[in-house]
Amino acid sequence: MSKALLQIENLKTSFYTQNGEVQAVRGINLELRAGEALGIVGESGSGKSVMSMSVLRLLPDNAKIKEGKISFNGKVISVLSKKEIRVIRGKDIAMVFQDPMSSLNPLISVGEQVAEMIRIHYPKTGKTEMRSRVLELFHLVKIPEPEKRYKNLPHEFSGGMRQRVMIALALACKPDILIADEPTTALDVTIQAQILKLLANLQKELGMSILFITHDLGVVMQLCSRAIVMYGGMKMEEGSMEDLFLHSRHPYTMGLIRSIPKIGQDKSVPLQPILGSPPDMLNPPAGCPFAPRCPYARKICASQVPPYTAIKNHHFSACWLVTEDAPATNNPFAQSSTTA
Amino acid sequence: MKLLEVKNLIKHFPVKNHKGQVVHAVDDVSFHINEGETLGLVGESGCGKSTCARTIIRIYDPTGGEIIFDGQNLATLSQRELKPIRKNMQMIFQDPYTSLNGRMTVRDIIAEPLIAHKIGNSQKERHEMVAQMLKQVGLNTEHGTRYAHEFSGGQRQRIGIARALILKPKLVICDEPISALDVSIQAQIINLLTEFQQKEKLTYLFIAHDLSVVEYISDHVGVMYLGKLVELSESKELYKNPLHPYTQGLLASIPALDIHAGKITDKAEMSGDLPSPISLPSGCRFCGRCPYAKKICAEAEPPMKEAAPGHMVACYLYS
Ligand SMILES: Nc1ncnc2c1ncn2[C@@H]1O[C@H](COP(=O)(O)OP(=O)(O)OP(=O)(O)O)[C@@H](O)[C@H]1O
Ligand SMILES: Nc1ncnc2c1ncn2[C@@H]1O[C@H](COP(=O)(O)OP(=O)(O)OP(=O)(O)O)[C@@H](O)[C@H]1O
Ligand SMILES: [Mg+2]
Ligand SMILES: [Mg+2]
Repeated sequence: MSKALLQIENLKTSFYTQNGEVQAVRGINLELRAGEALGIVGESGSGKSVMSMSVLRLLPDNAKIKEGKISFNGKVISVLSKKEIRVIRGKDIAMVFQDPMSSLNPLISVGEQVAEMIRIHYPKTGKTEMRSRVLELFHLVKIPEPEKRYKNLPHEFSGGMRQRVMIALALACKPDILIADEPTTALDVTIQAQILKLLANLQKELGMSILFITHDLGVVMQLCSRAIVMYGGMKMEEGSMEDLFLHSRHPYTMGLIRSIPKIGQDKSVPLQPILGSPPDMLNPPAGCPFAPRCPYARKICASQVPPYTAIKNHHFSACWLVTEDAPATNNPFAQSSTTA
Repeated sequence: MKLLEVKNLIKHFPVKNHKGQVVHAVDDVSFHINEGETLGLVGESGCGKSTCARTIIRIYDPTGGEIIFDGQNLATLSQRELKPIRKNMQMIFQDPYTSLNGRMTVRDIIAEPLIAHKIGNSQKERHEMVAQMLKQVGLNTEHGTRYAHEFSGGQRQRIGIARALILKPKLVICDEPISALDVSIQAQIINLLTEFQQKEKLTYLFIAHDLSVVEYISDHVGVMYLGKLVELSESKELYKNPLHPYTQGLLASIPALDIHAGKITDKAEMSGDLPSPISLPSGCRFCGRCPYAKKICAEAEPPMKEAAPGHMVACYLYS
């Protein structure tokens, strides 16, 4: 196994609002290895964005990292000042967001914006070299006719093309890590497929690591080799795509996969939804965050957070049902655990 | 029996500050829905799905064409003549957050259509009907006294459904009813909609961009591209045997929940962007992105033809 490029240890991030403390991230551990595409899957409010914004310290003022250690390339970056982290942002770790319009300056041409990003980190770059580097980046992200497009303003681009500009911007300083926070959620499926393919090829060609955040299990499956399933600010399960889709050891992951209709599915059979609704992070459940909706929940699930248990190499689950003294009845993992 | 038949429906919007130019939002679209069945409408953003729905229930006035509902052409009726018919066609919207009035209690929101259509003799009777409805969508009477903002997205969509169904309409137009909901909530709402359909013999026009959801819920599916219906067939057939190159590309782009489907890098992608609906290409609207385009495709728009039994497609590959 290659060593961790980015390591997050026991990260806890909260927002302090008029209604109280919103516990958005509640103790996340994560390792992103060099060259890998790691998926972070979870539904709305599960803490995906807050986690990634904690890494680059892009949080709003009412947010605070309460606990935890974040290291990049072996160096602890969570202790750096906001000013010091700015040197890392863009150059070592870059980010692409869901809505490119809100992160692009509407008044400056797309070419100039990319040039500006290079200038921040490499102020000595000459004019002609700068222009050719920008054009090279546009070429890399497959913006057609880059010379003609250089002077265009963001609104003169379609949504998919804008997202390409955002990716060019993120790649401007050849970062080691790209954090992509739902970069395709606002796009049509055909455009989404184009962007995903672009990211996958960039990862291969540049050897870049990608932390890909999404609520779409299908997207993760196409792009990533490994994924983490989040719920209520915590990790529920982690493993390879095969682990999660064929041998899941967590009722939440299983429920999600089961509830999504698949092409060709029998229409006369009702879908199997997960009942209830996601937790309120102002008052998160004391035990497992999924317990109130879990068909297998027992007493202990409501009161104590389950340990993060290794199922096999690199496959982990936070569920009382996979622990050593789990009951044999009403336990979907009881017999099959040896046959996986 | 046909409950709704749309014939050559056209809706153009004028372009601001550009006299004479129009957005071809819906262009010559024809289809029908049988009573008790569901027609799914799919296609990329801006292809005209919502405009089509809104023109059918006459939120917009059609530029041309006929809308035959229950034997009557709605296209030419005045808003006053439409009012009694509206009772039979209701709409469920995408955004449960903005489509409900935040200052009204849930009970008042659901009772509003009853009052508008003078149904129920007293407030008590109406409240009784609302309580019944709340129960059917999985909420309880107590929920009725609260305000919409106190509910989660999934619960708000249940309220939206209760409001649409309390008049016992025949046709319900669902415009992206689950797109704004959490993944874990979507199946709850889909089940609710299909349960109601079976119980009340409802007819649905179901718009969504999630192709697997549309396949699951629909009897027939229509595929739109830039204001045009390019393919229309039974749902199963369309997904098994897509004919139009656009439909093929669309289906190939779905990130399938299938471990054996392969990684994105192994897939062929559909290149190009959607052209502008204002200055349209002269021939087939998909021509510029089509891997099979021939000379004729750029010259004249292909007509809709039956390429296989009950399977309509507008593409020169099949004529
Ligand atoms: N500025 C803020 N103030 C208060 N609470 C916030 C703020 N931003 C996020 N939160 C809360 O933090 C929690 C985690 O939010 P986060 O944005 O990380 O979710 P997410 O997993 O990225 O969801 P989505 O899929 O909707 O983007 C949620 O409960 C959210 O309400
Ligand atoms: N009220 C309006 N005035 C002017 N143009 C409009 C209006 N409503 C829609 N349009 C245009 O008509 C076209 C079709 O839009 P419509 O909203 O019907 O698409 P859609 O298929 O529902 O897309 P989406 O998937 O994004 O909801 C678009 O080009 C849109 O910009
Ligand atoms: Mg987010
Ligand atoms: Mg729409």
